[in-house]
Amino acid sequence: MFPTSLRVSAALPLALLAALAVVPFVADMAGQPFWLSFFARILIYAIAASALNLALGFGGLVSFGHALFLGLGSYAVALPAAHGFAQGWLHLLVVLGGCGLVALLVGAVSLRTTGMAFIMITLAFAQMGYFLFVSLKAYGGDDGLAVSQTSRFFSVDLGAVRPLYVVAWLVLALVTWWMTHLRASAFGMALRGTRQNARRVQAMGMQPQQIKLVAYVLSGVMCGVAGMLLANMNAYVSPSTLAWTVSGDLIVMVVLGGMGSVYGPLLGALVFLGLEEVLKGYTEHWMVVMGPLIVLMALLGRGGLVGLMQRLDERMATALKTRMAGSSANLDTRAPVSATLPAQDKPGEAAWQPR
Amino acid sequence: MSTTLLLAQLLNGLQYGVLLFLLAAGLTLVFGIMSFVNLAHGSLYMVGAYAGALSYDATGSFALALLAAMAAALVIGMLMELTIVSRLYRRDHLDHVLATFGLVMFFNELVRIIWGPQPLFVQVPEALGGTVKLLGLNYPAYRFAIIVVGLVVAVLAQLVIHKTRLGMLIRAGAQHPQMVSALGVNIGLLNAVLFGLGAMLAGLAGAMAGPVLSVQSGMGESVLIATLVVIVIGGVGSIKGALYASLIVGLVDTFGRVLLPVWLRQVAERSLADAAGPALASMSVYVLMALVLALRPQGLFPVRRN
Amino acid sequence: MAAALSTDRLVMRYGALLVTDDVSLDVRPGELHAIIGPNGAGKTTLINQLSGELAPRSGTVRFDGQDVTRLRVDQRARAGLLRSYQITSIFEEFTVLENATLSALAAAGHPWRFWQPLLASKAAVGAAQEALALAGLAELGHVPAGELAYGQRRQLELAMTLAARPSLLLLDEPMAGMSPQESRAVTQLLSQLKRRYTIVLVEHDMDAVFSLADRISVLVYGKLMFTGTPDEIREHPEVRAVYLGEEAVHGDAQRHS
Repeated sequence: MFPTSLRVSAALPLALLAALAVVPFVADMAGQPFWLSFFARILIYAIAASALNLALGFGGLVSFGHALFLGLGSYAVALPAAHGFAQGWLHLLVVLGGCGLVALLVGAVSLRTTGMAFIMITLAFAQMGYFLFVSLKAYGGDDGLAVSQTSRFFSVDLGAVRPLYVVAWLVLALVTWWMTHLRASAFGMALRGTRQNARRVQAMGMQPQQIKLVAYVLSGVMCGVAGMLLANMNAYVSPSTLAWTVSGDLIVMVVLGGMGSVYGPLLGALVFLGLEEVLKGYTEHWMVVMGPLIVLMALLGRGGLVGLMQRLDERMATALKTRMAGSSANLDTRAPVSATLPAQDKPGEAAWQPR
Repeated sequence: MSTTLLLAQLLNGLQYGVLLFLLAAGLTLVFGIMSFVNLAHGSLYMVGAYAGALSYDATGSFALALLAAMAAALVIGMLMELTIVSRLYRRDHLDHVLATFGLVMFFNELVRIIWGPQPLFVQVPEALGGTVKLLGLNYPAYRFAIIVVGLVVAVLAQLVIHKTRLGMLIRAGAQHPQMVSALGVNIGLLNAVLFGLGAMLAGLAGAMAGPVLSVQSGMGESVLIATLVVIVIGGVGSIKGALYASLIVGLVDTFGRVLLPVWLRQVAERSLADAAGPALASMSVYVLMALVLALRPQGLFPVRRN
Repeated sequence: MAAALSTDRLVMRYGALLVTDDVSLDVRPGELHAIIGPNGAGKTTLINQLSGELAPRSGTVRFDGQDVTRLRVDQRARAGLLRSYQITSIFEEFTVLENATLSALAAAGHPWRFWQPLLASKAAVGAAQEALALAGLAELGHVPAGELAYGQRRQLELAMTLAARPSLLLLDEPMAGMSPQESRAVTQLLSQLKRRYTIVLVEHDMDAVFSLADRISVLVYGKLMFTGTPDEIREHPEVRAVYLGEEAVHGDAQRHS
């Protein structure tokens, strides 16, 4: 059997995650504190992208409004803070409860539609959130609001960049670990089945609408947690977090990384934000380059980076098999994965072995 | 609230609604027939606004400016369609969203590079600089002209849809896109024509909006989202739905912004009303859309699809 | 003996078109009841009303004595009333085993597990493997369903329905598009299933129908014309007329009640 440890699609992302864990030390040694906040931002967006991936990649729900939850999560810190509450657990509770409730309501209404209407209604709800916070003059309105009391968990203050980084890394690692399991779990399979063939899911005896709603709520809450970290990192919140462009950026990250894969969101966030940083170094008008790149990505298809790595794995596997079996190669006679199957939507590790 | 004030707001609502209709008419067909989610429609509106503003500045003729705007939007729209959009018809909505999102980013930044982030100021054309007297109200002539133009376009659209061959193809395509293609109609050409028509209407709307709204990078997005709301409320693919829904949305939005704060001040204490009023006002159309979707997900005037 | 599945005066119309015309049908427990009729007779519409995907304009559907007319598709499925589709409806991206296991879980368990792998639930996998073995797909568990040949996909379609431990199977043209050998294999499979489940079979393959069915109902223009044993159907002059044309009928064409 082909040794799984050699697979690029699993090894590279894990290596990246490990590398990210040592950024605090490297940044210290190099005397570049900027790296810490830069990569912290990547971690936070990777969490948000993972959240969206649950709804979009697994569930096929094209939500153009996930910025709503990112923003809600961040305001869920800023608003209690503005009234003097610094307890991290309280902030977390408000994030979970607030995002959960909003996701339930928004999801319940939005999931009554499909296709284009769903895209548009999720966009509209995010806009509602945007305008709501813009109009809250008491909490900064358009100018945003400084987070006067960052989240404090026991002795850990997330307002300091180092503990924030560690927490963000841990959250991302946990989320990624969970996604690995969720993907192959009963719920994950039911959700992915709903994306492929909702009619069949219902004919089997399940309720696709329920499954989608639960996925949407989980996704919203997870995204809210990312928002909470964002608020602490910047010590500042603003309605611009709820801008529709943010929702678009999240979708780009998910698709770029590889929709429906486990490591896609991390890769997507890394490459997207990294690219943005590189382009910013050349011109303040980096968006005039980024825009066409996104168009190109859309035109080229949706395997994403993970899909690319999986195709690489397959080539390596075939090459290895030929070499190992000699000239009378007993190649796998199964047809190669066709272009219509999203290459990354295979079980991350072999979930079932023939006895 | 006095009747003249009410009438003025009614007309403002109609004016906004008519602008939305010009955008929605083209977009709903693209959505309905080609099933293509075109977020870049707002960029065509912006192209029209800039082209109109610049030509008006250069020639002094507003009529010429309108034509220039439509032409510019048509050219950019056709380029978009030929190079990018036509490759994506068979793909998922997600790919449409991504591609047009990238286009929006590109156009917004391009406009910023060329003309900077500050808004462009467009003079109201002298001929329409005065007011018209309507039922005791002195209403700005220019805004009234927008309403007139919009209604003319609506009537023309009705004629085209119901009395021409193109209109028949549009109606057939809205109901059963695959069949139209199967019947031998050059669907690629039809799609391009529809996209182009929509682009021209968007350009016209942008040019007309110049004197009343601000012409700047990103102007397309706020009006685009309102247009999407219109299409969802009216029913995807339905021009009739686009017309009624755009007028409804225009009126709800305008009256919402004017009346809601007033009403709130009467039922709640001032500070709350002042805080919540503008918020609720800007949310009013979205609440309307959510209601429509909750009660009648296919829209108020849906096309009867096969 | 109470009927396993019965309908009472089922009516379905699309505008002025009457697609299901006052159909009162009953299926006895354990029997294989075939529904035949010329194209356009409304067979699939009838099946859709039995499975719950279509709500009739009037009339009732009873399953195991219970009125299920108001129940949704998934509710009927969990009660044991399951259907297979004429146009294969499977999960292309999942393996054969995953397809069947999800089906087994849906009917017998619930999808609210967010950590443990689906394939770790022994009961569901067991039921799935049984169903796959029955349908002849035991060796192909790890193959992605999208890579199966057409005949194998129809087998998977059937296996998924079986994995859900039904008490009544609604089979909508299981042999659609199959070669003669494949049809014979499915006919054999169905004969094995006969006593274990009550089966309602919609089929065009007359060899299969006549060899398998305990009773046959003939649907013509939405109306249930006659129900009888294969022999009775074979002899029935009006059925012969419908299928073979008026000229082939000898004797008088009096209506049987």
